[in-house]
Amino acid sequence: MPESNFKRFVEVGRVVLLKAGPSAGKIAVIAEIIDHNRAIIDGPTTSVPRQAYPYKHLALTPLKLTGLPRAAGTGAVRKLAEKEALAEKWEKSAWAQKRAAMEKRRSLNDFGRFSVMLAKKQRRDVVRKAIHKAKKA
Amino acid sequence: MTMARITSKKPEAPAAETVEKTIGGDKNGGKRVVPTIKASRYYPAEDVRQPKKSRKSPKPASLRSTITPGTVLILLAGRFRGKRVVFLKQLESGLLLVTGPYKINGVPLRRVNQAYVIATSTKLDLEGFTVDQKFNDAYFTKVAAKGSRSAEEEFFEDGKPKAKEPLPASRSADQKEADKAVLAAVKKTENLSKYLKSSWGLSKGQYPHQLVF
Repeated sequence: MPESNFKRFVEVGRVVLLKAGPSAGKIAVIAEIIDHNRAIIDGPTTSVPRQAYPYKHLALTPLKLTGLPRAAGTGAVRKLAEKEALAEKWEKSAWAQKRAAMEKRRSLNDFGRFSVMLAKKQRRDVVRKAIHKAKKA
Repeated sequence: MTMARITSKKPEAPAAETVEKTIGGDKNGGKRVVPTIKASRYYPAEDVRQPKKSRKSPKPASLRSTITPGTVLILLAGRFRGKRVVFLKQLESGLLLVTGPYKINGVPLRRVNQAYVIATSTKLDLEGFTVDQKFNDAYFTKVAAKGSRSAEEEFFEDGKPKAKEPLPASRSADQKEADKAVLAAVKKTENLSKYLKSSWGLSKGQYPHQLVF
């Protein structure tokens, strides 16, 4: 095959982010591929039940559980996920942190939004003064 | 399904059917027996349908569950629209009693309709503070206008702003007293007094149905 630019594949062991449904926002692992539309996903360490899921509602992540055999049961997936500390790896990634920040911003109440505005103003002021000082020097 | 139709007039025996009245004039017989309720002199040619009497009566509005004493509210209409105020209690008429506090944003003890208010999730701790009983609807109703003015007076006064009565000293004393506990609670949270001082508004990209208050 000529060089292709694709790096994230739908494969056994690929960690996916669920975009819709009751477990939306959680990650799971592809345990088996059913057909060109669906795969069996399983997230024992993130409380996602083992189920068939359409790719349409999945987002592929750069994480992967290498060494997961095809059609591995929930127990095997859990053991491997715990060994690789999958949940922590995901939480540390920039993607997950950006999602968390967005969620926090959207859930701010009126007083929260006001406090953010004050904090931004104070930061802006400190930066401005530092720049002015540096310019003079 | 047949519904019992309530007739507008219930046949009732009146208290007294006739009354004795004294009639003036020499030749009129002195006294006369007169019926208490006289028959009508006019009847319409056809019976007119009487509209049904409504059984609904207005009740004071029930308080939203998100509004509790100490909640910060955003006023949406009226002289103080956009101001953030503290809720004290609901009065018997259903209106909400709020205060700025006056020192912070200039909103005095005031009645406000629940419908024109956004309740935020920010709550002050007003433990042990009960609003004085004297703040009720009667305290806030407008005083009846002083006697009518003559047409001449009104003509001369036309165009000039109406002379306002100065605020009675008792009002400002009441305000200070009521605000004491609220101010103490406000000082406990950082930036809360700045928050109450500022006014609320929507900016670009903000939609009320998407905001969390």
